[in-house]
Amino acid sequence: MFKKYLYISASIFLLVMSLAFIGDDKYWTITKEDVKLDFPKDFPKPIYDFKNNTPTPEGFTLGRKLFYDPILSKDSSISCGFCHQRIAAFAHIDHPISHGINGLLGKRNVPPLQNLIWEKEMMWDGGVNNLEVQPISPITNPVEMNEDMGTVIKKLQRSKVYTTMFKTAFGDTLITSQKLLRVLAQFTGLMISSNSRYDKYMRHEDTLSKTELHGLQLFRDKCAQCHKEPLFTDNTYRNNGIAYDSTFKDSGRIKITGDKKDFMKFRVPSLRNVEMTYPYMHDGRFRNLKQVLDHYTQSYTQASHADPILVKGISLTEQDKTDIIAFLKTLTDKTFLYDRRFADPNMVRY
Amino acid sequence: MPKQLNILFIIAALVAAMSFTAPAPSRLVLHFENYVGNLPLKLDSATYKNKLGQTYTVSKFKYYISNIRLCRKGNSSHLDTTVVDGYYLINEEDPASKEIVLKGLPDGKYSSITFTIGVDSLHNCSGAQTGALDPVNAMFWAWNTGYIFLKMEGKSPVSTSPGNLLEFHIGGYRTPYNCIRTITLNMNSVFPLADDVTVSVEIKADLAELFKTPTSIDFSKLSSVTDFHNATTIADNYKDMFSIKQ
Repeated sequence: MFKKYLYISASIFLLVMSLAFIGDDKYWTITKEDVKLDFPKDFPKPIYDFKNNTPTPEGFTLGRKLFYDPILSKDSSISCGFCHQRIAAFAHIDHPISHGINGLLGKRNVPPLQNLIWEKEMMWDGGVNNLEVQPISPITNPVEMNEDMGTVIKKLQRSKVYTTMFKTAFGDTLITSQKLLRVLAQFTGLMISSNSRYDKYMRHEDTLSKTELHGLQLFRDKCAQCHKEPLFTDNTYRNNGIAYDSTFKDSGRIKITGDKKDFMKFRVPSLRNVEMTYPYMHDGRFRNLKQVLDHYTQSYTQASHADPILVKGISLTEQDKTDIIAFLKTLTDKTFLYDRRFADPNMVRY
Repeated sequence: MPKQLNILFIIAALVAAMSFTAPAPSRLVLHFENYVGNLPLKLDSATYKNKLGQTYTVSKFKYYISNIRLCRKGNSSHLDTTVVDGYYLINEEDPASKEIVLKGLPDGKYSSITFTIGVDSLHNCSGAQTGALDPVNAMFWAWNTGYIFLKMEGKSPVSTSPGNLLEFHIGGYRTPYNCIRTITLNMNSVFPLADDVTVSVEIKADLAELFKTPTSIDFSKLSSVTDFHNATTIADNYKDMFSIKQ
């Protein structure tokens, strides 16, 4: 009798386990369909068009593994995904600035990773001019991953797992920085957010509440000049009047261009998934969206460097602010935030 | 400026003796030889003096050569130009890097060579590159995308940098901080290229010129250039760093 129960329960256990594994396989397997280049109809033509880097399931899978592997850092402690968290649209949730290797602090707020192929330049100051070379910056930055590109390649070349994966993706086991950077671009370049409630509203697939619609109208009147639809940025650099911080000593884009006009100018960030990417501004000085809007209603008669659009401040009532925030939350794209393709393959799936 | 030029050209094989074999493509070998003034550059061990008499040593000297163009007399009186694709990183530490071998150039009598020190703007914006432009060569700025065209490091007792370091990382392709410089070196006499012919041209690069003309560099005031600040000053100095070796 006991034996019989044991058999039955063992069989049920095995059945459940095997089903779980089948399910898991599907969850983690990247198919051709998963890497298909299918850009949202209302988005402009992408700037990074994958011309020499057509995504493949093997390349994308390798890019995903590398993105989540701390092997890219000097002491194997920090991966890309350490600061770029999927739940925050790949920003670092609730971190004004991030900590890298040995707990060292950076001086800028981690930007989300989304719709990168529409970005002409990357980073808060636009210092990086091509998606493919972007990872070199965090990998080599002494307060982020502090690793040397040549050493990264040597470490990967020593790993059997990686030589096999590179062979699967490229046909040979030779690992180069170009291959590494291109598979990372396949992975990050396909991080496309275009399925928020706002998008569905625009495609007539969903409705917005009265408050949200009022917020949208206000947004279009008062914010959209810089945060231009559908990407919610005009891809420019502006001084939005925030005070220079004498401890960070970060003067923005002037460091890239050497042009005095670029003092304290920073990228106009996209507002997609903005609900999840708090805190805000290049140094994360504002904790929530209310603080951001409060900032924009100030005037800048004294701050000579602020963008002309903002000098007088944006006039908004407290109710307006509430409605705009309600609208901004419709930009949260759960399809993107929970997209299995971008999940950390080392994690147990909940 | 060297008036008399010295082209070493060697007829590599006797055509008569080899009449039954296919001819080998012509070879033009550009030898880059780094000097400080009239002395061959020695890393670490030798001490040099700048125009102000300040002493310095050199631990690193690397630069990009690209967009090589060779001029030859064509059929008519016009000059034909052959453009050689490719980027070459000349690195004092790596003897093999100091020799650029160009094979199978069009036959003709060549009279001048033009090249760029640095990397054109397109290749500063083209994403992940390979070969000489691979970022593993540590000639790449990650925080402000672009190649370091020339890197010179060393020490000078008058340098106020930590460790008395000298650090000149020169690059930048955007106006007004563009550090790409084009150099043309004329030959006093033409050199012929044809099948089975190997010609060697020795190009002298004088590191002392980095700190000499038109702007004399005072190491006590300027010991580190690692972004656009002062970069074009050094670029204007390295523009006349090259000559065909006497």
